[in-house]
Amino acid sequence: MTRGNQPCITIKGTKDGLTFYIDDDTPFSEVIEELTKTLTTTDFLEDSSEQAVAVTLHLGYRYVSKAQRNQLKQLIEEHTRFYIEQFDSNVISKNEAETWFDEMEVKSITQIVRSGQIVEVTGDLLLIGDVNPGGQVRATGNIYILGHLYGIAHAGIYGNEQATIAASYMNPTQLRIAHYLSRAPDYETEGTYMECAYLDNETDKIVIDRLQVLPYVRKKNRKIEGGRSDG
Amino acid sequence: MGEAIVVTSGKGGVGKTTTTANLGTALALMDKKVCLIDTDIGLRNLDVVMGLENRIIYDIVDVIEERCKLSQALIRDKRFDTLALLPAAQTRDKSAVTRDGMLAIVQELKQEYDYILIDCPAGIEQGFQNAIAGADEAIVVTTPEKSSVRDADRIIGLIEQEEMNRPRLIINRIRQQMMSDGDALDIDDVVQLLSIDLLGIVIDSDDVIKASNSGEPVAITPKNKASLAYRNIARRILGESVPLQSLEQEKGMFQKMKSLFSRRS
Repeated sequence: MTRGNQPCITIKGTKDGLTFYIDDDTPFSEVIEELTKTLTTTDFLEDSSEQAVAVTLHLGYRYVSKAQRNQLKQLIEEHTRFYIEQFDSNVISKNEAETWFDEMEVKSITQIVRSGQIVEVTGDLLLIGDVNPGGQVRATGNIYILGHLYGIAHAGIYGNEQATIAASYMNPTQLRIAHYLSRAPDYETEGTYMECAYLDNETDKIVIDRLQVLPYVRKKNRKIEGGRSDG
Repeated sequence: MGEAIVVTSGKGGVGKTTTTANLGTALALMDKKVCLIDTDIGLRNLDVVMGLENRIIYDIVDVIEERCKLSQALIRDKRFDTLALLPAAQTRDKSAVTRDGMLAIVQELKQEYDYILIDCPAGIEQGFQNAIAGADEAIVVTTPEKSSVRDADRIIGLIEQEEMNRPRLIINRIRQQMMSDGDALDIDDVVQLLSIDLLGIVIDSDDVIKASNSGEPVAITPKNKASLAYRNIARRILGESVPLQSLEQEKGMFQKMKSLFSRRS
């Protein structure tokens, strides 16, 4: 249960709640055992205030499967008024890493997306070519179009409301971000050059603006070396 | 070894059959051996436009179902010895023809003819699939209308997925007045949207309809603007570089006429 008299679970209090550090050398069964013991015997855990306390589980370099996570969560939430706010781990599975990478990556495609065609990617889409009326591009992340957008562009198809759409020429039939939709007006419009679309939090609507506005509404995309990017 | 060119559009009524008949005639005028194939099984009319309806004995379905030889079904044109037509069947539907059957016919015709022009039915179903089966090249016909351009775009997308050369575009039924007034789509707009090479433009002319009704393709009559357009397209198919009857020129013509009238008044 202990290794060289070191307990495998260390509990620390922070201003955001409690953090459980779980030693990553100890077998999982022992962790469960000791956790049960700690939760049932430690006094301060029971005496804590009425309020539910947020818990962060720090797992170090241990890989914890989904089932194991549920087991830990259940164990803690059963014995205390605590709730698990997050699992913090230094490792992820290869699968997760690949999915993550896939979602971070910019997929570049050179093609004219014609009427009736759909191009869908995981991650960001860089389309070099046009999206014609009746054509559709879909991405889990952002969409960048080096060409004319006449058809439908859907960014953040799995619900990412931070996703944006940028195009050299914007005259779309529809723009969709996550589950929001905006359509072209019923009268004929001239398209515009170098514009972007994003979801405006205040109005809860898709807004179209100059491309140059994008860095200000989506700050996290700004990373500049050799200049102050934090200011 | 000949070259098989499919004439297609997606949308109906934009002038596939008229284009096929006239390009075939124009190519025959230049002493090329040309065979036209009507693949619109059940709704044939290339034979009517060519004025050869009364000569049909066997049709393409008879060839595929081996009731006759290919040479028996071919109809020699009444004007040109080098022009032939393989008519569609009128009593059957598109399922009577298969891709393989079509491919075999086109392969056989390629031995004998310089150009095989395949008149494609409207739509993207079996009939379209059959028509493009044996083709090396595709000509997409559109009118300067949104609906027609939209369908042309869809068709181009489908053709691009086949092992075929890039399709080329014919813009048909151009009405100069409407285009210069901005009421119809601009040639440049259409070409820019579809982003394929423009093979030619054909103006809308009553003579084309008159000619169709009388079974004499307009391309035979010289001195007609539409006829000239078809002949120019035929020359471009042969690889010649012929300047386009460009919109600006036509606009110029129109304005010249306008100024002529205004001078008189």
